[in-house]
Amino acid sequence: MHNIVIIGNGISGITTARHVRKLSDHKITVISAETDHFFSRTALMYIYMGHMKYEHTKPYEDWFWKKNRIDLKRAFVEKVDTEGKTLHFSDGETMPYDKLVIATGSKPNKFGWPGQDLEGVQGLYSYQDLESMEANTKNISRAVIVGGGLIGIEMAEMLRSRNIPVTFLVREESFWDNVLPNGESQMINRHIKEHHIDLRLATELKEIVSDENGRVKSIITGTGETIKCEFVGLTAGVSPNIGLLKGSGIETKRGVLVDPFLKTNIDDVYALGDCAEFLEPNGERKNIEQVWYTGRMMGEALARTLCDKPTKYEPGHWFNSAKFLDIEYQTYGWVWAKAKDNENDFYWEHKNGKICLRLRWDKSTGKLLGVNNLGFRLRHHAFDKWFKEGRTVDYVLEHLKDANFDPELYKTYEAEIIAQFNRENGKNIQLKKKSWKRILDFVS
Amino acid sequence: MSTTEPNLSISNPHPEDTDVIQKIALVVACFGVLILLAAWANVALDASVFMPIAIISMIGGTTVYGARSYLKQPEGIKNNGIWHFSLTSRGAFAWAVGILLTGFYILLYWFPGYVGFVQNGENQGLVALFDPLSMAIKGRPASQWFMYGTLYTIAILALGMKFIFKYRHSRYQLIRTISVMIAQLVFAYTIPEILAALNYNDVTTTAGEYVGYYDTDIKNVWPLDYDFFYSYHLDAMQEKAYQPFGMIYLVVGIGLFLIGTPILTYLIGKRWYCSWVCGCGGLAETAGDPFRHLSSKKLSAWTLERWLIHSVMVFVFVMTAVTLYGYFTGASSVFGLDIYSKFQKPYGFFIGAIFSGIIGVGFYPMLGNRVWCRFGCPMAGYMGIIQRFKSRFRITTNGGQCISCGNCSTYCEQGIDVRAYAQKGQNIVRASCVGCGVCSAVCPRGVLKLENGPEEKRYDLPPIIIGNESVKISD
Repeated sequence: MHNIVIIGNGISGITTARHVRKLSDHKITVISAETDHFFSRTALMYIYMGHMKYEHTKPYEDWFWKKNRIDLKRAFVEKVDTEGKTLHFSDGETMPYDKLVIATGSKPNKFGWPGQDLEGVQGLYSYQDLESMEANTKNISRAVIVGGGLIGIEMAEMLRSRNIPVTFLVREESFWDNVLPNGESQMINRHIKEHHIDLRLATELKEIVSDENGRVKSIITGTGETIKCEFVGLTAGVSPNIGLLKGSGIETKRGVLVDPFLKTNIDDVYALGDCAEFLEPNGERKNIEQVWYTGRMMGEALARTLCDKPTKYEPGHWFNSAKFLDIEYQTYGWVWAKAKDNENDFYWEHKNGKICLRLRWDKSTGKLLGVNNLGFRLRHHAFDKWFKEGRTVDYVLEHLKDANFDPELYKTYEAEIIAQFNRENGKNIQLKKKSWKRILDFVS
Repeated sequence: MSTTEPNLSISNPHPEDTDVIQKIALVVACFGVLILLAAWANVALDASVFMPIAIISMIGGTTVYGARSYLKQPEGIKNNGIWHFSLTSRGAFAWAVGILLTGFYILLYWFPGYVGFVQNGENQGLVALFDPLSMAIKGRPASQWFMYGTLYTIAILALGMKFIFKYRHSRYQLIRTISVMIAQLVFAYTIPEILAALNYNDVTTTAGEYVGYYDTDIKNVWPLDYDFFYSYHLDAMQEKAYQPFGMIYLVVGIGLFLIGTPILTYLIGKRWYCSWVCGCGGLAETAGDPFRHLSSKKLSAWTLERWLIHSVMVFVFVMTAVTLYGYFTGASSVFGLDIYSKFQKPYGFFIGAIFSGIIGVGFYPMLGNRVWCRFGCPMAGYMGIIQRFKSRFRITTNGGQCISCGNCSTYCEQGIDVRAYAQKGQNIVRASCVGCGVCSAVCPRGVLKLENGPEEKRYDLPPIIIGNESVKISD
């Protein structure tokens, strides 16, 4: 029996712990400086917005951990001694380990902006960030958000839920346009404005200005405009939170460097989730994957390795999702902001301007490569199976009804989509009726 | 997290600017309520003038207020501030409303004199306000039950309209809500009153002889309608003067329980009843909507639920069996136990009144809007067993898309920990699900879909969530 110690109780660390327990009798300890129990980080915004309380964001009741013999320790790891296989906590205590898992997640990026450490200036990643946002946004008359990504738009939504006026600085020409193609990105631009958020595209932050008490009083944009505000949200991405590894001998670059087995350069030390950086690229994936789903999948794989069943992290077909204010977004396979040379592109948008579908497929083989759907829902199982079977775009469109995952009684768009596709591509694809037999075959 | 701004609004989660139309609508709705209170306090009002004004004000004011509040905002989920507001987060306002509702039910059930009901005399107070309506429909003064039925229907209609504006983006919610509103207005309220008006029920002859009463809300199916088989109901349904309706209600009532319910529950789940038709469900989904997140999601609550609901179910089965035994044999007791005082009366008191009325509705702001439906209703218990073991209905989980945020579980009025299934990629097949569809609506990642499909693979638990090739199913 090994003594497995996991630093970090986010989705990566906890998935590892749960699966190690499923597979073995090893002693498991999970350490966190953030909270006593695992909570869903993606749900932090809903606490601020009053949709949920903190307790609702915990996926397991508090008795779960004892019942499953997963020891929880609230402590801050200051130093990792890999030679003596010992952790040193900030209160001076120590803890030995046989196998160590680093799952410390991320911290918000700060790019050296003047004034970035003023009071009222913060990112949003941890529970503590949420608490300070609660304090920092009391009775303010305007907030500025810097950085047009997923956390930026979430923060804007949070502030708007309390009727706080928001100015949203986005460096790019259009919202999240390094990921979203133009149609989708424009749709979100419009939707942001519909929510009375003062969206400033192609606008950078130059400086954050302090009042006499060291609190933010305004910001200055790249064009020299001054915007008065009492709160600045820094949401220009996150980077691995690995400060505790200094001097440990564990190799790091931006993140903790790991092989496909999530093993670091040091025996019995592993890393996964947001804080891990792969030495070798994994297909089209980034070397650092900062996504809930990938953290979970890494945990599933690492648990097996820890239980003497060496298992590579081998994610299947890419999928992801988000919600931009009221518009849901799902993606399966790869849809790049700009279609690659070998890719064909199709984009359909509903006349209400809030629902769209994009397809990308290979020019020579016709095989589907990726799909973006906003404002309506598609079945994950359908696309996972279709990618595995190498289905063509024609086949996928024919069977699109099987993939519809919108609630019952909703209007459907397949006919309209296929009519446009046929028109643009000179095809004559006929929509097939939904088949439960095929749907059940997705799950096998 | 602390409260940011105190807000007592039940209808608009976060009014940025309450405009003139909203303010006027609110005043109009409150004026309607004020008329009720004034009448209750025996202020001398001309009921034939003020009763219609009260009804129109309450429904109209609420509708306009809801429309104005929600149509100003982009369509979508409107749960902002739910846990910050006193009324919807068990604050002082919630306690006040809970105590008022509970008190109202106590008076209604056991002290109807205090709401103005006068047996064999002229009504006073609140009940008297509804005399003109009752007179107009069936030519006799109102009872406390007529007053209650009218207010109940008004609540479902007015707050149903609010719900429709709140969920205008969801056709499932729109159609479902229109269904519960119509079911209440037509089947529970209008048809029974018309039948009584046409002397097919609740008749007293000119000679002063009472012919009898039976329940004419056709959708109020036994065992929810626990006194369906009481001898005086069975006699009334066979009463010559009430034919053909008496027999229709008897046959349809038994048929709905024995044939209709199992078939419909098999095909589409118990939602056909609980969240589309039922009167208790209708109130829960409309007036109770602001309290749906208050249900307990603890495992211990689920354990309590299974014991309680099935105990009540056994209780009603035994009580009814004994009742029918008494009806057909003429006996007044079974094994030396008096049928009325040992079976019918305790059921009526503890289950019919205290559980379904006082706790079921009075405790909305404390325990959530479905306490009765979840822990007590024997009809729900009966359909739950069918739904769990023999039904096409399930909530499908969308592969690996769950982010465990907890919105689904939080907003499940039945206290199902939906997330526990969704994050494992497992279908939700639960006896208690009433199919309201709100978990699917509040999910930010498009993970949940209520649907009816083949039973094959309905219970499957995937060994691993899809999207990860590290682990093969064969491993």
